[in-house]
Amino acid sequence: MLFKNDVRLKHQMLQFLHTTGEYFLFLKGVFSKPQKFAWFRKQLFYEMNSLGINSLPIITIISLFMGAVITIQTAYNIDSPFIPLYAVGLATRDSIILEFSPTIISLILAGKVGSSISSEIGTMRVTEQIDALEIMGINSASYLALPKIIAAIIINPFLIIISMFQGILGGWFFGSLAGVVTSTGFVYGVQYAFQPFYVTYALVKTVFFAFLITSISSFFGYYTSGGALEVGASSTKAVVYSSIFLLVMNYLLTQLLLS
Amino acid sequence: MIEVRNISKSFEDKLVLDDLSIIFEEGKTNLVIGGSGSGKTVLIKCLVALYKVDSGSIIYHGRDFTLLNEDEKRDVRKEIGMVFQGGALFDSQSVEENVAFPLQMFSPMSPEERKERVNFCLNRVNLPNAHNLYPSQLSGGMKKRVAIARAIALNPKYLFCDEPNSGLDPKTSIVIDNLIKEITEEYSITTVINTHDMNSVLEIGDKIIYLFKGKKWWEGDKHEILETDNEEINNFVYASELFKRIRKASI
Ligand SMILES: Nc1ncnc2c1ncn2[C@@H]1O[C@H](COP(=O)(O)OP(=O)(O)OP(=O)(O)O)[C@@H](O)[C@H]1O
Ligand SMILES: [Mg+2]
Repeated sequence: MLFKNDVRLKHQMLQFLHTTGEYFLFLKGVFSKPQKFAWFRKQLFYEMNSLGINSLPIITIISLFMGAVITIQTAYNIDSPFIPLYAVGLATRDSIILEFSPTIISLILAGKVGSSISSEIGTMRVTEQIDALEIMGINSASYLALPKIIAAIIINPFLIIISMFQGILGGWFFGSLAGVVTSTGFVYGVQYAFQPFYVTYALVKTVFFAFLITSISSFFGYYTSGGALEVGASSTKAVVYSSIFLLVMNYLLTQLLLS
Repeated sequence: MIEVRNISKSFEDKLVLDDLSIIFEEGKTNLVIGGSGSGKTVLIKCLVALYKVDSGSIIYHGRDFTLLNEDEKRDVRKEIGMVFQGGALFDSQSVEENVAFPLQMFSPMSPEERKERVNFCLNRVNLPNAHNLYPSQLSGGMKKRVAIARAIALNPKYLFCDEPNSGLDPKTSIVIDNLIKEITEEYSITTVINTHDMNSVLEIGDKIIYLFKGKKWWEGDKHEILETDNEEINNFVYASELFKRIRKASI
Protein backbone atom coordinates (compact mmCIF):
# COMPACT_ATOMS: atom_id res chain seq x y z
CA MET A 1 0.00 0.00 0.00
CA LEU A 2 2.72 2.36 1.08
CA PHE A 3 4.73 1.32 -1.93
CA LYS A 4 1.86 1.98 -4.28
CA ASN A 5 1.42 5.51 -2.90
CA ASP A 6 5.14 6.01 -3.26
CA VAL A 7 4.95 5.27 -6.96
CA ARG A 8 2.04 7.58 -7.44
CA LEU A 9 3.76 10.37 -5.58
CA LYS A 10 6.85 9.92 -7.69
CA HIS A 11 4.73 10.02 -10.80
CA GLN A 12 3.07 13.25 -9.69
CA MET A 13 6.40 14.82 -8.82
CA LEU A 14 7.73 13.96 -12.26
CA GLN A 15 4.58 15.30 -13.84
CA PHE A 16 4.98 18.54 -11.91
CA LEU A 17 8.62 18.90 -12.95
CA HIS A 18 7.67 18.18 -16.53
CA THR A 19 4.95 20.84 -16.52
CA THR A 20 7.29 23.35 -14.89
CA GLY A 21 9.87 22.71 -17.57
CA GLU A 22 7.25 23.13 -20.27
CA TYR A 23 6.16 26.40 -18.67
CA PHE A 24 9.68 27.83 -18.85
CA LEU A 25 10.09 26.68 -22.45
CA PHE A 26 6.78 28.37 -23.20
CA LEU A 27 8.07 31.59 -21.62
CA LYS A 28 11.21 31.37 -23.72
CA GLY A 29 9.01 31.31 -26.84
CA VAL A 30 6.84 34.13 -25.52
CA PHE A 31 9.68 36.53 -24.80
CA SER A 32 11.03 36.94 -28.26
CA LYS A 33 10.95 40.04 -30.37
CA PRO A 34 7.47 40.72 -31.79
CA GLN A 35 7.45 40.00 -35.51
CA LYS A 36 5.48 43.10 -36.37
CA PHE A 37 5.74 45.90 -33.88
CA ALA A 38 2.76 47.93 -35.08
CA TRP A 39 0.54 44.90 -34.65
CA PHE A 40 1.94 44.21 -31.20
CA ARG A 41 1.18 47.76 -30.12
CA LYS A 42 -2.37 47.47 -31.38
CA GLN A 43 -2.89 44.21 -29.47
CA LEU A 44 -1.29 45.72 -26.38
CA PHE A 45 -3.81 48.57 -26.23
CA TYR A 46 -6.64 46.18 -26.93
CA GLU A 47 -5.57 43.93 -24.04
CA MET A 48 -4.99 46.84 -21.68
CA ASN A 49 -8.59 47.75 -22.28
CA SER A 50 -10.02 44.25 -22.09
CA LEU A 51 -7.93 42.96 -19.17
CA GLY A 52 -7.65 46.23 -17.28
CA ILE A 53 -10.34 48.80 -17.85
CA ASN A 54 -13.06 46.16 -18.09
CA SER A 55 -12.14 44.92 -14.62
CA LEU A 56 -12.75 48.31 -13.00
CA PRO A 57 -16.43 47.82 -12.12
CA ILE A 58 -15.86 44.63 -10.15
CA ILE A 59 -12.76 46.11 -8.49
CA THR A 60 -14.76 49.16 -7.44
CA ILE A 61 -17.56 47.17 -5.88
CA ILE A 62 -15.24 44.84 -4.01
CA SER A 63 -12.92 47.60 -2.81
CA LEU A 64 -15.67 49.84 -1.47
CA PHE A 65 -17.33 47.08 0.50
CA MET A 66 -14.14 45.43 1.72
CA GLY A 67 -12.92 48.84 2.93
CA ALA A 68 -16.19 49.26 4.77
CA VAL A 69 -15.96 45.84 6.43
CA ILE A 70 -12.30 46.27 7.39
CA THR A 71 -13.10 49.61 9.05
CA ILE A 72 -16.10 48.37 10.96
CA GLN A 73 -14.36 45.21 12.16
CA THR A 74 -11.23 47.10 13.19
CA ALA A 75 -13.34 49.60 15.07
CA TYR A 76 -15.15 46.87 16.99
CA ASN A 77 -11.96 45.01 17.75
CA ILE A 78 -10.05 47.96 19.23
CA ASP A 79 -12.86 49.23 21.34
CA SER A 80 -10.51 50.19 24.19
CA PRO A 81 -10.01 53.51 25.96
CA PHE A 82 -6.20 53.16 25.66
CA ILE A 83 -6.13 53.13 21.89
CA PRO A 84 -6.75 56.45 20.21
CA LEU A 85 -9.71 56.72 17.85
CA TYR A 86 -7.63 57.57 14.80
CA ALA A 87 -6.03 54.12 15.02
CA VAL A 88 -8.98 52.74 13.05
CA GLY A 89 -8.17 54.90 10.03
CA LEU A 90 -4.51 53.98 10.28
CA ALA A 91 -5.13 50.25 10.58
CA THR A 92 -7.63 50.28 7.75
CA ARG A 93 -5.21 52.19 5.51
CA ASP A 94 -2.34 49.82 6.20
CA SER A 95 -4.27 46.61 5.74
CA ILE A 96 -5.74 47.88 2.49
CA ILE A 97 -2.40 49.03 1.10
CA LEU A 98 -0.33 46.10 2.31
CA GLU A 99 -2.58 43.14 1.71
CA PHE A 100 -6.10 43.79 0.62
CA SER A 101 -5.61 45.71 -2.60
CA PRO A 102 -2.52 44.03 -4.02
CA THR A 103 -3.26 40.46 -2.94
CA ILE A 104 -7.01 40.04 -2.71
CA ILE A 105 -7.76 42.10 -5.81
CA SER A 106 -5.07 40.19 -7.70
CA LEU A 107 -6.70 36.93 -6.60
CA ILE A 108 -10.02 38.21 -7.95
CA LEU A 109 -8.27 39.09 -11.19
CA ALA A 110 -6.72 35.63 -11.31
CA GLY A 111 -10.26 34.31 -11.43
CA LYS A 112 -11.65 36.82 -13.89
CA VAL A 113 -8.72 37.46 -16.21
CA GLY A 114 -7.12 34.02 -15.81
CA SER A 115 -10.16 32.07 -16.90
CA SER A 116 -10.86 34.39 -19.80
CA ILE A 117 -7.27 34.20 -21.09
CA SER A 118 -7.00 30.44 -20.87
CA SER A 119 -10.38 29.77 -22.42
CA GLU A 120 -9.70 32.22 -25.24
CA ILE A 121 -6.32 30.69 -26.07
CA GLY A 122 -7.58 27.16 -25.40
CA THR A 123 -10.44 27.61 -27.84
CA MET A 124 -8.00 28.88 -30.44
CA ARG A 125 -5.93 25.75 -29.87
CA VAL A 126 -8.73 23.23 -30.26
CA THR A 127 -10.19 24.97 -33.32
CA GLU A 128 -6.75 24.91 -34.97
CA GLN A 129 -6.43 28.71 -35.03
CA ILE A 130 -3.05 28.39 -33.31
CA ASP A 131 -1.95 25.89 -35.96
CA ALA A 132 -3.10 28.36 -38.59
CA LEU A 133 -0.90 31.04 -37.02
CA GLU A 134 2.06 28.68 -36.91
CA ILE A 135 1.59 27.73 -40.57
CA MET A 136 1.72 31.39 -41.52
CA GLY A 137 5.15 31.53 -39.90
CA ILE A 138 4.01 33.37 -36.79
CA ASN A 139 5.42 32.62 -33.36
CA SER A 140 2.01 31.91 -31.88
CA ALA A 141 3.08 31.77 -28.24
CA SER A 142 4.54 35.23 -28.41
CA TYR A 143 1.80 36.58 -30.64
CA LEU A 144 -0.94 35.49 -28.24
CA ALA A 145 0.58 35.75 -24.79
CA LEU A 146 3.07 38.63 -24.90
CA PRO A 147 0.52 41.46 -25.35
CA LYS A 148 -1.56 40.04 -22.50
CA ILE A 149 1.39 39.71 -20.12
CA ILE A 150 2.80 43.16 -20.85
CA ALA A 151 -0.66 44.76 -20.76
CA ALA A 152 -1.37 43.34 -17.30
CA ILE A 153 2.06 44.36 -16.00
CA ILE A 154 1.42 47.91 -17.14
CA ILE A 155 -2.23 48.28 -16.20
CA ASN A 156 -2.57 46.29 -12.95
CA PRO A 157 -0.56 48.73 -10.78
CA PHE A 158 -3.02 51.46 -11.77
CA LEU A 159 -5.95 49.21 -10.92
CA ILE A 160 -4.45 48.47 -7.53
CA ILE A 161 -3.83 52.15 -6.75
CA ILE A 162 -7.42 52.90 -7.69
CA SER A 163 -8.55 50.04 -5.48
CA MET A 164 -6.56 51.47 -2.53
CA PHE A 165 -8.31 54.82 -2.81
CA GLN A 166 -11.67 53.12 -3.17
CA GLY A 167 -11.07 50.87 -0.16
CA ILE A 168 -10.15 53.76 2.09
CA LEU A 169 -13.03 55.77 0.72
CA GLY A 170 -15.43 52.92 1.43
CA GLY A 171 -14.05 52.62 4.96
CA TRP A 172 -14.49 56.30 5.61
CA PHE A 173 -17.97 56.51 4.15
CA PHE A 174 -19.53 53.36 5.58
CA GLY A 175 -17.60 53.66 8.85
CA SER A 176 -18.97 57.16 9.44
CA LEU A 177 -22.39 56.07 8.27
CA ALA A 178 -22.41 53.20 10.76
CA GLY A 179 -21.15 55.57 13.43
CA VAL A 180 -18.14 53.43 14.38
CA VAL A 181 -15.66 56.18 13.48
CA THR A 182 -15.84 59.94 13.30
CA SER A 183 -15.11 61.39 9.91
CA THR A 184 -12.30 63.64 11.16
CA GLY A 185 -10.80 60.91 13.34
CA PHE A 186 -10.71 58.50 10.43
CA VAL A 187 -9.20 61.04 8.04
CA TYR A 188 -6.58 61.94 10.63
CA GLY A 189 -5.74 58.25 11.09
CA VAL A 190 -5.44 57.68 7.36
CA GLN A 191 -2.82 60.43 7.15
CA TYR A 192 -1.00 59.49 10.36
CA ALA A 193 2.53 58.02 10.06
CA PHE A 194 2.10 57.18 6.39
CA GLN A 195 4.87 55.01 4.97
CA PRO A 196 5.34 55.49 1.23
CA PHE A 197 7.39 52.29 1.10
CA TYR A 198 4.22 50.28 1.73
CA VAL A 199 2.85 51.49 -1.58
CA THR A 200 6.06 50.60 -3.39
CA TYR A 201 5.93 47.18 -1.77
CA ALA A 202 2.32 46.71 -2.87
CA LEU A 203 3.08 47.70 -6.44
CA VAL A 204 6.10 45.42 -6.67
CA LYS A 205 3.86 42.57 -5.57
CA THR A 206 1.21 43.59 -8.07
CA VAL A 207 3.65 43.44 -10.97
CA PHE A 208 4.79 39.94 -10.01
CA PHE A 209 1.19 38.80 -9.59
CA ALA A 210 0.19 40.26 -12.95
CA PHE A 211 2.99 38.34 -14.61
CA LEU A 212 2.07 35.08 -12.85
CA ILE A 213 -1.64 35.31 -13.62
CA THR A 214 -1.28 36.11 -17.31
CA SER A 215 1.63 33.79 -18.06
CA ILE A 216 0.22 30.78 -16.20
CA SER A 217 -3.22 31.20 -17.76
CA SER A 218 -1.77 31.64 -21.25
CA PHE A 219 0.32 28.53 -20.68
CA PHE A 220 -2.61 26.32 -19.70
CA GLY A 221 -4.68 27.67 -22.59
CA TYR A 222 -1.86 27.13 -25.06
CA TYR A 223 -1.35 23.49 -24.11
CA THR A 224 -5.02 22.51 -24.21
CA SER A 225 -5.73 19.51 -26.36
CA GLY A 226 -9.09 17.99 -27.18
CA GLY A 227 -12.34 19.90 -27.29
CA ALA A 228 -14.72 22.10 -25.35
CA LEU A 229 -14.47 19.91 -22.26
CA GLU A 230 -10.71 20.31 -22.11
CA VAL A 231 -10.97 24.06 -22.63
CA GLY A 232 -13.09 24.19 -19.48
CA ALA A 233 -10.63 21.98 -17.61
CA SER A 234 -7.63 24.09 -18.51
CA SER A 235 -9.43 27.25 -17.55
CA THR A 236 -10.05 25.76 -14.10
CA LYS A 237 -6.40 24.72 -13.87
CA ALA A 238 -5.32 28.20 -14.88
CA VAL A 239 -7.27 29.81 -12.06
CA VAL A 240 -6.22 27.27 -9.44
CA TYR A 241 -2.53 27.36 -10.30
CA SER A 242 -2.29 31.11 -10.71
CA SER A 243 -3.97 31.56 -7.32
CA ILE A 244 -1.66 29.09 -5.60
CA PHE A 245 1.50 30.53 -7.09
CA LEU A 246 0.28 34.04 -6.41
CA LEU A 247 -0.05 33.19 -2.70
CA VAL A 248 3.35 31.50 -2.62
CA MET A 249 4.88 34.52 -4.33
CA ASN A 250 3.10 36.77 -1.85
CA TYR A 251 4.74 34.91 1.01
CA LEU A 252 8.19 35.06 -0.58
CA LEU A 253 7.96 38.75 -1.44
CA THR A 254 6.69 39.64 2.02
CA GLN A 255 9.67 37.83 3.54
CA LEU A 256 12.05 39.54 1.18
CA LEU A 257 10.71 43.07 1.24
CA LEU A 258 9.31 43.58 4.72
CA SER A 259 11.73 41.75 6.97
CA MET B 1 8.35 20.14 -55.39
CA ILE B 2 8.06 18.37 -52.08
CA GLU B 3 9.72 15.03 -51.65
CA VAL B 4 8.58 12.75 -48.89
CA ARG B 5 11.02 9.97 -48.05
CA ASN B 6 10.04 7.00 -45.91
CA ILE B 7 8.02 8.84 -43.30
CA SER B 8 6.24 7.01 -40.51
CA LYS B 9 4.01 8.39 -37.85
CA SER B 10 2.21 6.73 -34.99
CA PHE B 11 0.13 7.92 -32.07
CA GLU B 12 0.95 5.92 -28.97
CA ASP B 13 0.92 2.42 -30.47
CA LYS B 14 -1.34 3.16 -33.42
CA LEU B 15 0.60 3.32 -36.65
CA VAL B 16 -1.08 5.88 -38.92
CA LEU B 17 1.52 6.47 -41.63
CA ASP B 18 3.66 3.50 -42.54
CA ASP B 19 6.89 4.20 -44.44
CA LEU B 20 5.41 6.56 -47.03
CA SER B 21 7.41 7.94 -49.93
CA ILE B 22 5.72 10.42 -52.25
CA ILE B 23 6.77 13.13 -54.66
CA PHE B 24 4.40 16.10 -54.81
CA GLU B 25 5.00 17.88 -58.07
CA GLU B 26 5.23 21.57 -58.77
CA GLY B 27 2.53 23.26 -60.84
CA LYS B 28 0.29 20.25 -60.42
CA THR B 29 -2.64 19.44 -58.19
CA ASN B 30 -1.55 16.45 -56.13
CA LEU B 31 -4.56 14.70 -54.63
CA VAL B 32 -4.40 12.48 -51.60
CA ILE B 33 -7.46 10.29 -51.41
CA GLY B 34 -8.55 7.59 -49.02
CA GLY B 35 -11.35 6.63 -46.69
CA SER B 36 -12.21 8.46 -43.53
CA GLY B 37 -9.55 7.83 -40.92
CA SER B 38 -6.96 6.69 -43.45
CA GLY B 39 -4.47 9.34 -42.34
CA LYS B 40 -4.88 12.14 -44.89
CA THR B 41 -5.05 14.87 -42.30
CA VAL B 42 -2.15 13.38 -40.36
CA LEU B 43 -0.08 13.27 -43.57
CA ILE B 44 -0.76 16.93 -44.38
CA LYS B 45 0.05 17.96 -40.81
CA CYS B 46 3.30 16.02 -40.97
CA LEU B 47 4.15 17.77 -44.24
CA VAL B 48 3.91 21.18 -42.61
CA ALA B 49 5.53 19.92 -39.38
CA LEU B 50 2.53 20.49 -37.14
CA TYR B 51 3.12 16.85 -36.27
CA LYS B 52 6.63 15.56 -35.88
CA VAL B 53 7.31 12.45 -37.94
CA ASP B 54 8.79 9.43 -36.17
CA SER B 55 11.20 8.81 -39.01
CA GLY B 56 11.90 9.82 -42.59
CA SER B 57 12.44 13.18 -44.21
CA ILE B 58 10.35 15.85 -45.94
CA ILE B 59 12.25 17.90 -48.46
CA TYR B 60 11.07 21.28 -49.74
CA HIS B 61 13.22 22.22 -52.71
CA GLY B 62 16.29 20.74 -51.13
CA ARG B 63 15.55 21.88 -47.57
CA ASP B 64 14.82 19.01 -45.19
CA PHE B 65 11.94 20.34 -43.10
CA THR B 66 12.43 17.73 -40.39
CA LEU B 67 15.93 19.03 -39.63
CA LEU B 68 15.14 22.76 -39.40
CA ASN B 69 14.94 24.67 -36.12
CA GLU B 70 11.91 26.81 -35.21
CA ASP B 71 13.20 30.00 -36.87
CA GLU B 72 14.15 28.24 -40.09
CA LYS B 73 10.80 26.46 -40.12
CA ARG B 74 9.05 29.83 -39.86
CA ASP B 75 10.92 31.04 -42.92
CA VAL B 76 9.74 28.08 -44.98
CA ARG B 77 6.22 28.46 -43.63
CA LYS B 78 5.97 32.00 -44.93
CA GLU B 79 5.80 30.34 -48.35
CA ILE B 80 3.02 27.98 -47.27
CA GLY B 81 -0.71 28.49 -47.51
CA MET B 82 -2.97 26.04 -45.74
CA VAL B 83 -6.68 25.37 -45.64
CA PHE B 84 -7.64 23.38 -42.55
CA GLN B 85 -10.41 20.83 -42.58
CA GLY B 86 -12.41 23.00 -40.16
CA GLY B 87 -11.41 26.33 -41.70
CA ALA B 88 -9.53 27.58 -38.61
CA LEU B 89 -10.57 31.19 -39.21
CA PHE B 90 -9.67 33.68 -36.48
CA ASP B 91 -13.02 34.21 -34.85
CA SER B 92 -12.13 37.55 -33.32
CA GLN B 93 -11.59 38.97 -36.82
CA SER B 94 -14.00 39.74 -39.63
CA VAL B 95 -13.74 38.02 -43.01
CA GLU B 96 -11.82 40.97 -44.42
CA GLU B 97 -9.41 41.03 -41.47
CA ASN B 98 -8.87 37.29 -41.73
CA VAL B 99 -7.80 37.53 -45.35
CA ALA B 100 -5.78 40.70 -44.72
CA PHE B 101 -4.00 39.20 -41.71
CA PRO B 102 -1.12 37.40 -43.46
CA LEU B 103 -0.65 40.44 -45.70
CA GLN B 104 -0.49 42.68 -42.69
CA MET B 105 2.06 40.49 -40.95
CA PHE B 106 4.34 39.71 -43.84
CA SER B 107 3.93 42.02 -46.80
CA PRO B 108 5.07 45.60 -47.25
CA MET B 109 1.76 46.53 -48.94
CA SER B 110 0.08 49.86 -48.31
CA PRO B 111 -3.45 49.73 -46.85
CA GLU B 112 -4.91 50.44 -50.32
CA GLU B 113 -2.93 47.66 -51.98
CA ARG B 114 -3.94 45.36 -49.18
CA LYS B 115 -7.60 46.16 -49.62
CA GLU B 116 -7.31 45.52 -53.31
CA ARG B 117 -5.64 42.17 -52.74
CA VAL B 118 -8.30 41.14 -50.21
CA ASN B 119 -11.06 42.06 -52.66
CA PHE B 120 -9.32 40.08 -55.38
CA CYS B 121 -9.01 36.96 -53.22
CA LEU B 122 -12.57 37.14 -51.95
CA ASN B 123 -13.87 37.60 -55.48
CA ARG B 124 -11.99 34.52 -56.61
CA VAL B 125 -13.75 32.38 -54.03
CA ASN B 126 -17.08 33.91 -54.99
CA LEU B 127 -17.59 35.92 -51.82
CA PRO B 128 -17.68 39.53 -52.96
CA ASN B 129 -20.01 40.78 -50.22
CA ALA B 130 -18.93 39.08 -47.02
CA HIS B 131 -16.19 41.48 -45.90
CA ASN B 132 -17.73 42.57 -42.64
CA LEU B 133 -19.18 39.29 -41.44
CA TYR B 134 -17.57 37.35 -38.59
CA PRO B 135 -16.80 33.62 -38.80
CA SER B 136 -19.70 32.80 -36.46
CA GLN B 137 -22.03 34.39 -39.01
CA LEU B 138 -20.84 32.24 -41.92
CA SER B 139 -22.08 28.91 -43.23
CA GLY B 140 -19.67 25.97 -43.30
CA GLY B 141 -19.02 26.36 -47.01
CA MET B 142 -18.47 30.10 -46.69
CA LYS B 143 -15.90 29.47 -43.95
CA LYS B 144 -14.07 27.10 -46.27
CA ARG B 145 -13.98 29.68 -49.01
CA VAL B 146 -12.70 32.42 -46.70
CA ALA B 147 -10.03 29.99 -45.53
CA ILE B 148 -9.01 29.44 -49.16
CA ALA B 149 -8.93 33.18 -49.78
CA ARG B 150 -6.70 33.60 -46.73
CA ALA B 151 -4.42 30.78 -47.82
CA ILE B 152 -3.80 32.25 -51.27
CA ALA B 153 -3.49 35.88 -50.13
CA LEU B 154 0.30 35.85 -50.03
CA ASN B 155 0.77 33.87 -53.27
CA PRO B 156 2.15 30.80 -51.56
CA LYS B 157 4.69 28.50 -53.18
CA TYR B 158 3.14 25.51 -51.43
CA LEU B 159 -0.58 25.13 -50.91
CA PHE B 160 -2.17 22.52 -48.67
CA CYS B 161 -5.91 22.00 -48.66
CA ASP B 162 -7.56 19.56 -46.29
CA GLU B 163 -10.88 18.72 -47.95
CA PRO B 164 -11.38 22.15 -49.50
CA ASN B 165 -14.79 21.32 -50.87
CA SER B 166 -16.42 19.21 -48.23
CA GLY B 167 -19.58 21.03 -47.27
CA LEU B 168 -19.86 22.88 -50.56
CA ASP B 169 -22.64 22.42 -53.09
CA PRO B 170 -21.59 20.71 -56.36
CA LYS B 171 -21.45 23.97 -58.31
CA THR B 172 -19.35 25.94 -55.82
CA SER B 173 -17.29 22.84 -55.38
CA ILE B 174 -16.32 22.87 -59.03
CA VAL B 175 -15.60 26.58 -58.89
CA ILE B 176 -13.24 26.03 -55.96
CA ASP B 177 -11.57 23.03 -57.61
CA ASN B 178 -10.95 25.01 -60.76
CA LEU B 179 -9.72 28.00 -58.80
CA ILE B 180 -7.15 25.84 -57.04
CA LYS B 181 -6.08 24.24 -60.28
CA GLU B 182 -5.83 27.59 -62.04
CA ILE B 183 -3.63 29.26 -59.45
CA THR B 184 -1.55 26.12 -59.13
CA GLU B 185 -0.71 26.24 -62.81
CA GLU B 186 -0.49 30.00 -63.07
CA TYR B 187 1.99 30.43 -60.21
CA SER B 188 3.65 26.96 -60.37
CA ILE B 189 2.50 26.14 -56.86
CA THR B 190 3.09 22.74 -55.33
CA THR B 191 -0.44 21.92 -54.28
CA VAL B 192 -1.52 19.05 -52.05
CA ILE B 193 -5.24 18.39 -51.68
CA ASN B 194 -6.91 15.89 -49.38
CA THR B 195 -10.26 14.78 -50.60
CA HIS B 196 -12.68 11.91 -50.85
CA ASP B 197 -14.82 13.66 -53.39
CA MET B 198 -14.71 11.66 -56.67
CA ASN B 199 -15.89 14.69 -58.65
CA SER B 200 -12.74 16.57 -57.64
CA VAL B 201 -10.64 13.56 -58.37
CA LEU B 202 -11.90 13.36 -61.94
CA GLU B 203 -11.92 17.12 -62.39
CA ILE B 204 -8.46 18.12 -61.20
CA GLY B 205 -6.55 14.91 -60.40
CA ASP B 206 -3.16 15.58 -62.05
CA LYS B 207 -1.58 13.19 -59.64
CA ILE B 208 -3.51 10.96 -57.29
CA ILE B 209 -2.21 9.09 -54.27
CA TYR B 210 -4.48 6.57 -52.64
CA LEU B 211 -3.80 5.98 -48.95
CA PHE B 212 -4.86 2.70 -47.43
CA LYS B 213 -3.78 1.20 -44.13
CA GLY B 214 -1.16 3.92 -43.74
CA LYS B 215 0.53 3.01 -47.01
CA LYS B 216 0.63 4.47 -50.48
CA TRP B 217 -1.60 1.84 -52.01
CA TRP B 218 -1.87 3.27 -55.50
CA GLU B 219 -0.60 6.22 -57.52
CA GLY B 220 -1.73 7.57 -60.89
CA ASP B 221 -3.78 10.29 -62.56
CA LYS B 222 -7.46 10.95 -63.22
CA HIS B 223 -7.52 8.78 -66.35
CA GLU B 224 -5.65 5.84 -64.89
CA ILE B 225 -7.85 5.73 -61.81
CA LEU B 226 -10.84 4.68 -63.92
CA GLU B 227 -8.89 1.98 -65.67
CA THR B 228 -7.00 0.33 -62.85
CA ASP B 229 -7.95 -3.11 -61.65
CA ASN B 230 -6.67 -2.48 -58.14
CA GLU B 231 -9.44 -3.82 -55.97
CA GLU B 232 -9.31 -1.31 -53.10
CA ILE B 233 -9.23 1.60 -55.53
CA ASN B 234 -12.25 0.24 -57.35
CA ASN B 235 -14.12 -0.19 -54.09
CA PHE B 236 -13.32 3.40 -53.28
CA VAL B 237 -14.09 4.89 -56.68
CA TYR B 238 -17.23 2.92 -57.32
CA ALA B 239 -18.64 3.14 -53.83
CA SER B 240 -21.45 5.44 -54.87
CA GLU B 241 -24.48 4.35 -56.83
CA LEU B 242 -23.86 7.09 -59.37
CA PHE B 243 -20.41 5.86 -60.30
CA LYS B 244 -21.55 2.25 -60.35
CA ARG B 245 -24.21 3.13 -62.90
CA ILE B 246 -21.81 5.16 -65.00
CA ARG B 247 -19.42 2.23 -65.04
CA LYS B 248 -22.14 -0.17 -66.03
CA ALA B 249 -23.29 2.13 -68.81
CA SER B 250 -19.77 2.50 -70.17
CA ILE B 251 -19.24 -1.27 -70.22
N1 LIG C 1 -3.80 13.79 -32.56
C1 LIG C 1 -4.09 12.49 -32.70
N2 LIG C 1 -3.90 11.64 -31.67
C2 LIG C 1 -4.17 10.32 -31.79
N3 LIG C 1 -4.65 9.76 -32.91
C3 LIG C 1 -4.87 10.54 -33.97
C4 LIG C 1 -4.61 11.95 -33.92
N4 LIG C 1 -4.91 12.48 -35.12
C5 LIG C 1 -5.35 11.46 -35.88
N5 LIG C 1 -5.32 10.29 -35.20
C6 LIG C 1 -5.70 8.97 -35.74
O1 LIG C 1 -5.09 8.84 -36.99
C7 LIG C 1 -5.98 8.23 -37.92
C8 LIG C 1 -6.04 9.06 -39.17
O2 LIG C 1 -6.71 10.26 -38.91
P1 LIG C 1 -6.88 11.42 -39.99
O3 LIG C 1 -7.48 12.58 -39.29
O4 LIG C 1 -5.60 11.64 -40.69
O5 LIG C 1 -7.92 10.80 -41.00
P2 LIG C 1 -8.44 11.40 -42.37
O6 LIG C 1 -7.94 10.52 -43.46
O7 LIG C 1 -8.10 12.83 -42.46
O8 LIG C 1 -10.00 11.22 -42.23
P3 LIG C 1 -11.20 12.18 -42.71
O9 LIG C 1 -11.39 11.92 -44.16
O10 LIG C 1 -12.36 11.70 -41.92
O11 LIG C 1 -10.80 13.57 -42.41
C9 LIG C 1 -7.30 8.07 -37.22
O12 LIG C 1 -7.47 6.72 -36.89
C10 LIG C 1 -7.19 8.90 -35.97
O13 LIG C 1 -7.82 8.24 -34.92
MG1 LIG D 1 -9.10 14.58 -42.38
